Amino acid sequence: MKILLVDDEEELVSTLAERLSLREIDADWVTTGEDALKRVDTENYDLAVLDVKIPKISGIEIKKKLAVKCPDMKFIFMTGHGSEDNFKAGSAEAGPEYYLPKPVSIKTLIKKINDVLRK
Amino acid sequence: MQSLKPKFWDHEDVASGPSKDLFNFRRIWKMTVLLTAGVAIVPLILVATIDYNVTQQAIESEILLRTSRLVSNTKRAISFFLKERMSALDFINQDNSFDELSNPARLKEILKNLKQGFGGFVDLGVIDASGRQQTYVGPYKLEGKDYRDQEWFKKVLRRSIFISDVFMGFRKVPHVVIAVKQELSNGSFYVLRATIDTERFNELLSKLELAGLGDTFIINHDGILQTPSRYHGRVFGKIFLPVPNYAERTQVFEEKDLNGKALIVGYAYLTQTPFILMIIKHKGELMKPWYRTRLVLILFLTISIFIILVVTLGVVTYLVESIYVADRQRVMTLHEVEYSNKMASIGRLAASVAHEINNPLAIINEKAGLIKDLFILREGYVKDKKLVDLVDSVIYSVERCAAITRRLLSFTRGMELNIQLLNLEEVINEVFGFLSKEAEYRSIAVSVDAPADIPQLENDRGSLQEIFLNLFNNAFAAMSDEGHLEITVRQQDLNHVSVTVADDGSGIPQSDVKRVFEPYFSTKTKQGGTGLGLFITYGLVKKIGGTISVHSEVGKGTSFFITLPLHIKNEESNG
Repeated sequence: MKILLVDDEEELVSTLAERLSLREIDADWVTTGEDALKRVDTENYDLAVLDVKIPKISGIEIKKKLAVKCPDMKFIFMTGHGSEDNFKAGSAEAGPEYYLPKPVSIKTLIKKINDVLRK
Repeated sequence: MQSLKPKFWDHEDVASGPSKDLFNFRRIWKMTVLLTAGVAIVPLILVATIDYNVTQQAIESEILLRTSRLVSNTKRAISFFLKERMSALDFINQDNSFDELSNPARLKEILKNLKQGFGGFVDLGVIDASGRQQTYVGPYKLEGKDYRDQEWFKKVLRRSIFISDVFMGFRKVPHVVIAVKQELSNGSFYVLRATIDTERFNELLSKLELAGLGDTFIINHDGILQTPSRYHGRVFGKIFLPVPNYAERTQVFEEKDLNGKALIVGYAYLTQTPFILMIIKHKGELMKPWYRTRLVLILFLTISIFIILVVTLGVVTYLVESIYVADRQRVMTLHEVEYSNKMASIGRLAASVAHEINNPLAIINEKAGLIKDLFILREGYVKDKKLVDLVDSVIYSVERCAAITRRLLSFTRGMELNIQLLNLEEVINEVFGFLSKEAEYRSIAVSVDAPADIPQLENDRGSLQEIFLNLFNNAFAAMSDEGHLEITVRQQDLNHVSVTVADDGSGIPQSDVKRVFEPYFSTKTKQGGTGLGLFITYGLVKKIGGTISVHSEVGKGTSFFITLPLHIKNEESNG
């Protein structure tokens, strides 16, 4: 199981990746959409955790592009729930069950990851 | 009186500047009532007054005219009566020579004929130029009586014809003397003198039909009654009225009687006689029909004015009230727009702040989580309970912050209804979360009684949150420390749930209870209340298809009772 974390907050994704690694989940992180798209060229990921609100390319755009490149890839959205619109977009794209509000506890995240991958 | 007072009466408008009179409804009302009623009533009173005066004058002049006619006719009748007798005497003079008349038998014959032909003749005498009554026929012994120095004899010499004042005769019957002078061919003369009973006069006068206290009589030039009168004394009495001035024609004037009542007096001087014919009528009696008409006129005027006033007041009050209500509606709408704009701004601000905080919060969360991970995974720290507790405390605080930001974010101010399935108890607890700290500080006990079998309802979370937040805030403001707030949720029927929010606060006076949902009605103005909270709550409840009512007792507390539909109808959600 290999996971890609995409969030413009480097402090957040790097720590989250480290914590997942401590729980023996292989996780990489990038801070931009471009990096994410480049990274999937060289690595295979089962699942991507995307922040909805990322500068330049939004999480939703990134998901659309990644889905084209990697049809088997699953997605989970994380958001600070900036606005009602953001929330609606996130849950419409991924389904409300794949939506996690920030801050998220590591247990909830891992449970959600397992749930998504099991489907 | 209080219940008749229109709503706008005590309205004090805050508007100022040049258009401030535009919203002074009491002034508008007064001006309109004054103008409308004035335009209708003033001409009415004017026409009525003119009509009143014209009619009264017409009736008065008609009365004077009628009196004048009556006097003239009566004067003619009496004049004719006297003239007839004077002519008779004249005829006797022409028909008989002095010698014939000096013959008592002949004179007696003539008197008999006069009595038969004319009536009223009592005696007849012939007086020679020296003033001695040469021949006399009648009831007295007047033969040979010398009239030379008597006033009437002197007058008859001057005027040829003389009619005396009435005098009391031998049989205590009033009489009048008519004397006619006849010139003789030898330059001498004689006088034929007759006494006439005035009974015939009286008959003529009594035949006149005068209403009520009307009276007619004859006086001499000294104001002494010559005929009996009904109300002004007996024969030879003096009337209370002054003797009217001489006038050739009939005159009518107004006078007051001894009691001050108005009289209409008509009189005419009878030519060649010492008599004045007088007819007296009481004006009040003659005007009676007019007084009745006048009463009807005044009654009609009063009723008209009353109707005009009632209609004017009614219509103007209705119109001004409508304008007032429309204006209130306008102001309310303006404020509502202002309020929802403000709320939307606050909502957006809260959402963006929450979002900005969530990211650093997430970092703190992950960093603290990593620290804890490291502690747990490394043997050296795992037994250090204090360190683990510290990290747990940080993580717990982050969770609390996250709960707050999440609540802020979910607190969407209901601009647009977002219908979803909701658990009412959850929504209530969520809202109560905002006030939990205050409840804790003030030791306010809050109990939420919601049976587990209450079905979920389809409704808008934002609206419900705002409704409950307003009600809870109100309850908190009304309660003193250590108060009790009870929230009870019940299924009312198949399609409705009810929520009762009952506090044991200060309560609302009965007079204010029905006004609590009105905009700008606030008892908390000094504490910064806008008076819009319950008004907006009421609007929101209506918008989501519910009803709200209030029950309150001063000193015991206030309960708000809300019913909500389980399924919101489309038109309601669109509205």
